[in-house]
Amino acid sequence: MTTYEETVAGQDASGATPTREKSRRKRKWRSALTAYAFLTPWLLGLVVITLGPMLFSLYLAFTRYDLLSPPKWVGLANFRRMFGADPRFWQSVRVTLTFVLVSVPLVLIVSLLLALFLNRGIRLLGIYRTLFYVPSLIGSSVAIAILWKQVFGTFGIVNRALEVVGLHHGSWVGNPGTALYSIIGLNLWAFGSTMIIFLAGLRQVPANLYEAASVDGAHVFQRFWHITLPQLTPLIFFNVLLDTVHAFQAFTGAYVVSGGSGGPSDSLLFYTLYLYQKGFVEFQMGYAAAMAWLLLAALAVFTAIAFSTARFWVHYGDEA
Amino acid sequence: MSTQTLETRTRTTGIQMMTQPSKSRLVRALARHLVTIVIICFLLYPVAWLVAASFRPDNQVLSTLGLFGRFTLDNYRHGLNPAPSLHFSRFFLNSAVVALLAVIGNVFACTLTAYAFARLDFPFKRVLFAVLMATILLPYHVTLVPQYILFDKLSWLNTYIPLVLPKFLGADAFFIFLNIQFIRALPRELDDSARVDGCNHWQIFRRIIVPLSLPAMGTTAMFTFIASWNDFLGPLLYLSKTQLYTVPLGLNMFIDATGRSSYGSLFAMAVLSLVPLVAFFLAAQRMLTQGITTTGLK
Repeated sequence: MTTYEETVAGQDASGATPTREKSRRKRKWRSALTAYAFLTPWLLGLVVITLGPMLFSLYLAFTRYDLLSPPKWVGLANFRRMFGADPRFWQSVRVTLTFVLVSVPLVLIVSLLLALFLNRGIRLLGIYRTLFYVPSLIGSSVAIAILWKQVFGTFGIVNRALEVVGLHHGSWVGNPGTALYSIIGLNLWAFGSTMIIFLAGLRQVPANLYEAASVDGAHVFQRFWHITLPQLTPLIFFNVLLDTVHAFQAFTGAYVVSGGSGGPSDSLLFYTLYLYQKGFVEFQMGYAAAMAWLLLAALAVFTAIAFSTARFWVHYGDEA
Repeated sequence: MSTQTLETRTRTTGIQMMTQPSKSRLVRALARHLVTIVIICFLLYPVAWLVAASFRPDNQVLSTLGLFGRFTLDNYRHGLNPAPSLHFSRFFLNSAVVALLAVIGNVFACTLTAYAFARLDFPFKRVLFAVLMATILLPYHVTLVPQYILFDKLSWLNTYIPLVLPKFLGADAFFIFLNIQFIRALPRELDDSARVDGCNHWQIFRRIIVPLSLPAMGTTAMFTFIASWNDFLGPLLYLSKTQLYTVPLGLNMFIDATGRSSYGSLFAMAVLSLVPLVAFFLAAQRMLTQGITTTGLK
């Protein structure tokens, strides 16, 4: 790329003086070329790593393919099987939706409440913030998933703590009724990163709004409801979007805790875990691709709903 | 901070000031700290327990809720050398290589791309920017199957290329966006004066933009390191030879291969696997928390 610039510069110096129009066009042309030189790695990646594979996966979704013989076109058979003849698929949808619907609001509420609590002009905030972030830092690691498997196991510390107060409970991760809640707990445990975003938002709320409100005699809850919450809506929107998209793709915790199987009675069969089993254990690549496109469709619908309803509830400071 | 000013205001202007002595204020502040510390202890207790358990003799690893007891390094000794031909440090070395390459690749690709979007004009800029933004929310799984097939056909399974190459090609659109936002905020006058001095775009990029975007590049580097170190699905798909395993795969193999009797060594290796994360975090925590607050990163 440097060589290109040098060549052009050399031509400029040696060539006859061009007309102004010509040189303007030349400059524009040159700057476009420079830009595309900078963009080359990303554009290459876009084609080879993202868009190309996306198109290929769309094609695969309508085929049967086991990596050994060439893909065979089967039309809508994968989708028909998914919706009509695969109870495990529906189980994975149920598990994932339950996880998203319980986990995301829980994380948002807990992190918002704690951010409000910590925001009250507390000293040592820096240290506290750091400590609250530690679970987010390590929460998606296999090490913590292993710990969780133990913590919620038959002899885990949760049960031991419960025994101290006289309650008996079998293994949490071994029981189909409760296994999912151990993963929800794991996700909730790492609420720190969401909380830090809220904390930053709370610091941006203009103080004069509160002063005006207190002159008007607003009490704590009114101040929260009419000032803090509306001012935070852009960040709430952002967190809902990001946390939901992440929650739909949760994988490591469920895989490690269930040993890759999906847990007792498929209670930890997350959508992505089932996709993994279909594609990379059973080598049903077409079916896995169809599942991936359904996930994309679901997330696209969710994102579209989020953005189209945003104008009714997300307030930006400059509008108010 | 805002609420604090407010509180001080009401206190100094209102009648409350007479009736509420500063003593009760102190008590409230102490209570606040106490509550915070209790919550943090509760949150970090499992990690502390993990560390403590990893130092307990094998037959007592799971036996207590407490953090203290007999101390031994046996778990670490056994864990690091679980079989004659296998040393756990191998997995650490592998993970370090993968994470380092991922960081270099991501920082390189993201800053280059971000510079073009933030500073240069080119045809189809708006379209390409829209594509970039759309790929931020694109679930990884849509490209997973065909990427696997592609890397399989290229005989790149059981190499680190599938884990690292996408980083060099800017597959992580979020970090490109982060760098664009950062470069946009830098004063354009610097570029202009450099251009007057005869710098071309590459020189402006190298001598002005890169040194000034070190905070954004640092944030990118840190989060790429964390994500790469924690990554489980990628190595699970692409690596099947034990010698190539990264730390998460090594730990997972431990669960499969060992019975309950060696929880101690499993925990010891789990603790070791967290050490680089925590060390990096402590070294760069200000940058990280700022990165999260300004961009909403995870």
